Amino acid sequence: MTAFFLRRLWQTVPTMAGVVLLVFLLFNWVGGDPAYILAGKMSDAQAIASIRTQLGVDQPYPAQLWKFVQQIVTFDFGNSWATGEPVGAIITSRLGPSLTVLVPLTILETAIGIALALGLAFVRGSVLDRGVMVACTVGMSISILVYIIAFQYGLAYKLGWFPIQGWGDSLGQNLLRYAPLPILIGLCVSIAPTLRLFRSFVLDEASQDYVRTARAKGLTERRIVWVHVLRNAAIPIITYVMANLPALLIGAFLLERFFGIPGIGREVILAVERSDFPVIKAITVYVAAATMLFNLLADLLYQAVDPRVQLA
Amino acid sequence: MNAETLSPSLWTLAWRRLRADRVAMVSLAVVLAFLALLGLSASGLVAADWEREVGVHYAPPVFAGASAGDGADATGQAARAALAPNPFDPLAADIAAIGKTGALVAPEAKRQTLPFGADKWGHDIVKKTIKGGQTSMIVGLGAALLAVALGTLFGAFAGFYGGFVDDFFNWFYSVFTSIPSILMILTVAAVLQQKGVSTIVLILGLTGWTGPFRLIRAEYIKHKGREYVLAAHAIGASGWRKMFGHIFPNVSHVALVQLSILVVGFIKAEVILSFLGFGVPVGTVSWGSMLNEAQGELILGKWWQLAAAASAMAVLVTAFSLLTDALRDALDPKLT
Repeated sequence: MTAFFLRRLWQTVPTMAGVVLLVFLLFNWVGGDPAYILAGKMSDAQAIASIRTQLGVDQPYPAQLWKFVQQIVTFDFGNSWATGEPVGAIITSRLGPSLTVLVPLTILETAIGIALALGLAFVRGSVLDRGVMVACTVGMSISILVYIIAFQYGLAYKLGWFPIQGWGDSLGQNLLRYAPLPILIGLCVSIAPTLRLFRSFVLDEASQDYVRTARAKGLTERRIVWVHVLRNAAIPIITYVMANLPALLIGAFLLERFFGIPGIGREVILAVERSDFPVIKAITVYVAAATMLFNLLADLLYQAVDPRVQLA
Repeated sequence: MNAETLSPSLWTLAWRRLRADRVAMVSLAVVLAFLALLGLSASGLVAADWEREVGVHYAPPVFAGASAGDGADATGQAARAALAPNPFDPLAADIAAIGKTGALVAPEAKRQTLPFGADKWGHDIVKKTIKGGQTSMIVGLGAALLAVALGTLFGAFAGFYGGFVDDFFNWFYSVFTSIPSILMILTVAAVLQQKGVSTIVLILGLTGWTGPFRLIRAEYIKHKGREYVLAAHAIGASGWRKMFGHIFPNVSHVALVQLSILVVGFIKAEVILSFLGFGVPVGTVSWGSMLNEAQGELILGKWWQLAAAASAMAVLVTAFSLLTDALRDALDPKLT
């Protein structure tokens, strides 16, 4: 187990190195000279030269790459170009609001997705099943923007059930007052693709031999689906949920932007708008690292769910 | 060769299966209709004059009646008319002189209602939606073609040559997939610093090749040991020729399904990018920029631009997704 963990961790090293190299090439080579962005319109040669020295972009590329690696390892990306705040402080302070929305959203989405997928497995091939699938396809075809605009206008502005936007200081207030509408919209958007996927996982299992055996020995259909099928379908479901967690952190950027939630996603959008390279670089590298870590955790969870899986 | 002994090809069989599927045929018709509209609009036959301000400011749709556009515009005009002539206007004499020569063309009569309403500047929403659809579809198709071409090229090399080449491309793949695609797209958008339809095609195309790569690579690994490839090798076909002359026609259905999946994804991505202002440049209309305008209009009660852009997009994407599902079933009967 420990050996497996360490070996997998070791395997992520080349990938992580690739991510660092890719981000470095994008920003330091493709992106051109950041001094012109920083100096703005009132630039003269001297100002640009001094900014270049300050940022270290007058150094040769290997030296710049080494500096970038040092920044990643020490979690010190310097200060934001736009606000002057330390990048590390920006990321840690934005993580809380993002998680306040994402943790309930992920739990609800997974639970509802699994329940509906197993429910549909009872009636597969029926009109209800096909109707739900068509509804999912239509639901997925409507842009997330339309959901947000329509729900924010209808439920918050017209009916006044939720605050239109905003964010407080206490967790309870955020969770009960500001987060419910974004979570509801997130659910409406994500439930269709999740249900489609989970249904295919469940149906893959429903035609296996062990299901027939369970039926033959007289178990109720309910017990077969909720105990036998669910346990086996859990493996791809875990992979999907775990692999998507870091992406969700960014994926909620539209919700965060519309509802004024000071989260990671909104920070990325702001940083792209303001060409705030240190913030984008830091978030990209850490989200990539988190993605790899979560994939590794998913592997470890397999064994807990399925004793047949041997992690050697 | 006798006609009777000719067995139907993969494509013939797939077409037969597709034709038997009524949902697929309807979706195909809808997608083709959108593509025809794209062709007409790109060649300037339709909606070329969408920028003409034919209606009044926020003219409501015909079926909603002129009353739906509240009196704001009318009162504005009344206020302007009621403005007393300024006796100290230094330009009054000049303007009167110009008025006499007839150089001041009277503004054309603005319509009070339009088939599906007008936006802030009085552009016809129907034409604007068609023009916006042109941008969104060109971006979706162009980016998907680029992504599938890259994915096929990389996948063919990785799968066919194996060994060191395969390791390299797999490493490249795992690097790209460990960064969430939307973050990758935003990062590249931040770095490129320039807006334009070709830029956004490049951004989406260069970041979206990973899906096709994985599947095409697997197909090439499966096919490279088959007898027809060995036969091609025996007659001295080059690696390039074996990869793209011999194997590719046999795996092209995978590429087609991937293309169709990516078009849907990229149309959605373009709408979001343009909405955020990282997509098409100012002055180019797309469904995303329409939604951006519509967001503010909704509070004023002008719902028609939102409805037009959202429903046009929903119809196209639904039809495309249903067609993709049917295409996958038709081309890969093992699945069902």
